[in-house]
Amino acid sequence: MKYVDEFRDASVVDRLLEAIRRRTTRRRTIMEICGGQTHGLLRSGIDAALSDVVELVHGPGCPVCVTSASLIDRAIELARRPNVIVTTFGDMLRVPGSGESLVGARATGARVRAVYSPLDAVALAEKNPDDEFVFFAVGFETTAPATALAVLHANRRGIRNFSLLSAHVRVQPAMEAILAAPDNRVESFLAAGHVATVVGYESYADLCRRYRVPIVVTGFEPIDLAAGILACVEQLETGRAAVENRYGRSARSEGNRHAVRVLEQVYEPCDREWRGLGKMPGGGLRLRDAWRRFDAEHRFEIFTPAAAESSVCRSGEVLSGRIKPHQCPAFGRECTPDRPLGAPMVSSEGACAAYFHHRPDAGPQLVEITSR
Amino acid sequence: MPRMPLECPLPNEPDDRVLLAHGEGGGLMRRLLAEHILPRLGHDPSLPPDDAVVLPPINGLPVLTTDAFVVSPLFFPGGDIGSLAVYGTINDLAVRGAQPLWLTLSMVLEEGLPLSVLHRVLESMASAAKRCGVRIVAGDTKVVPRGSVDGLFLTTTGLGRLVDPAPTGSATIEIGDVLLVSGPVGRHGVAILVAREQMPFDPPPTSDCGPLWEATAALRTAGVRVRALRDATRGGVTAVLHEWARDCGHTLVIDEARVPVTPEVRGVCELLGFDPLAVANEGTMVAAVAAEDAEAALAALRRVPGHDAAAAIGEVRARKSIPVLKRALGREHPLVEPSGAPFPRIC
Repeated sequence: MKYVDEFRDASVVDRLLEAIRRRTTRRRTIMEICGGQTHGLLRSGIDAALSDVVELVHGPGCPVCVTSASLIDRAIELARRPNVIVTTFGDMLRVPGSGESLVGARATGARVRAVYSPLDAVALAEKNPDDEFVFFAVGFETTAPATALAVLHANRRGIRNFSLLSAHVRVQPAMEAILAAPDNRVESFLAAGHVATVVGYESYADLCRRYRVPIVVTGFEPIDLAAGILACVEQLETGRAAVENRYGRSARSEGNRHAVRVLEQVYEPCDREWRGLGKMPGGGLRLRDAWRRFDAEHRFEIFTPAAAESSVCRSGEVLSGRIKPHQCPAFGRECTPDRPLGAPMVSSEGACAAYFHHRPDAGPQLVEITSR
Repeated sequence: MPRMPLECPLPNEPDDRVLLAHGEGGGLMRRLLAEHILPRLGHDPSLPPDDAVVLPPINGLPVLTTDAFVVSPLFFPGGDIGSLAVYGTINDLAVRGAQPLWLTLSMVLEEGLPLSVLHRVLESMASAAKRCGVRIVAGDTKVVPRGSVDGLFLTTTGLGRLVDPAPTGSATIEIGDVLLVSGPVGRHGVAILVAREQMPFDPPPTSDCGPLWEATAALRTAGVRVRALRDATRGGVTAVLHEWARDCGHTLVIDEARVPVTPEVRGVCELLGFDPLAVANEGTMVAAVAAEDAEAALAALRRVPGHDAAAAIGEVRARKSIPVLKRALGREHPLVEPSGAPFPRIC
């Protein structure tokens, strides 16, 4: 398959891993920002193959994972109203809020539907004018332009029964929060290639300069990931700190101008509570005042009590790179993809799910066998 | 006939749709059966329809199975709920080592269902049954108010005869046995998903919805020592492997690079993040066979129409740490049991 197979060639990956090994004079700590990259690393075995020379710290780049329990509770509260239908991406459905998940709520009467595109949510609203459709909008700057387009589209078509509950998050404030933490160990970043494809990577330069940290825009296939790590190592070993693009087939420094324009037309940065990481200044996106009539939090009065996070689940430490998923005592025992305690075990971009699926030494089966 | 508003009003109901009254047991129901259902299922018009049927004795042990079909949409590339209801039940018999002989059909129809839809479904059932040499010999029809079901739900029960030698069962899977699939995996689940969500893939992926009886018979005729067969429906190949691993206590090792996947299925799975091994099939089976018979098994399968892509995908090893593994870029991974959430109502 074009654009896939040529980036999975095992012999090329092996050569890159060898180069990384030759180049490192001491063990380096690199964070891959995006959960898609975490899965790519685990699935291809690159993390384990390099473990003696590079520690890969898994970043918070899983938008579903960092969505706060209280926002999920709000979505559920809306879905329980008699005339409201909440639509969202499938990944969001099984993530627990402070109590139940959207799927759990659906089983007891809440109206929830999975869609594959925000425009599908608008189409549903148009087709069913008697119901209120709330799109629970989750994602980084990658998906935000698509939900912004949905707002513009609904506006153009005069659709009044469509609104957004925005859980959109911005990646750079999270990177800055990680670097600014007193116990930070991260020396370099693999930046998320698809975010850079949309918003470009010019804005990383400031972060790079202020914290003297190499930032390499990296893709998701095994060769992309290995090449990104090699570029980080090269910079670290030569004492440089620059923004570098190793995802040239997709990302440009200025990004996708049209997408950026749409995003800025509809959204503005706001403070946002990140699950596990706390309040992130400028870490979210909300609808601008001109689009307030499409803002579900404005249209509906939502009362949900402050949500408590699970006391067993340590997803906050996983999301900030303080522990690895299998170091959580609940991993593979009380917490599995079938019965998740935290979002990283549910989402296809979650680090816990990545360990559960791809690490035989961390997997649940091992627990099952050895405990006999 | 011109309508006469002053005359005593006759019920003026559409005659091209299923009505609640069609399920009430009166004349309307008799006509629904006689005009719309029985002729399409090849019922002998000289015999009165009866609630139960007496069947001739069979040469061997009877094997019985039943399945409900609630797929949405009713029609999809490569099949429809009618053919699915025939093949799904026949395949359950076939992989158990039975020759399918007779089916019963129970239908729950939604009030307002266009009769043309019912006709298409029944004609598809008849043609699938004919292809497999089975007859639909008894049935039941209910009509429920609009909104109680989605178009129509079907239940088929299948009766077959155990043919010697039957697969010895998943508990008899031995170390060294070879694992096969009878064709490319994941086609049905992907076809349903794409059709239901109206995703604009070109060409649209088609379902593998089809019979497995010929394929299972070919293995038997070729003298292959078959330990276990299973049509890899919900949960796909992964679910079958998990069940077998539990039954036999060994590790089933799958080499991902050897698993046949069509470009259409691969494209959709790459885009949406699914593992084709965990996506449902409706005419593709997994087989565990003795290692020395693996080549003969593949040759026999590939001679059966529709199974020319049959492939060996793995082997059985002594259990060390984990029940099921697969390889990507040469590394071994646990093959986690699918939770099935993204694929409701696929069969």
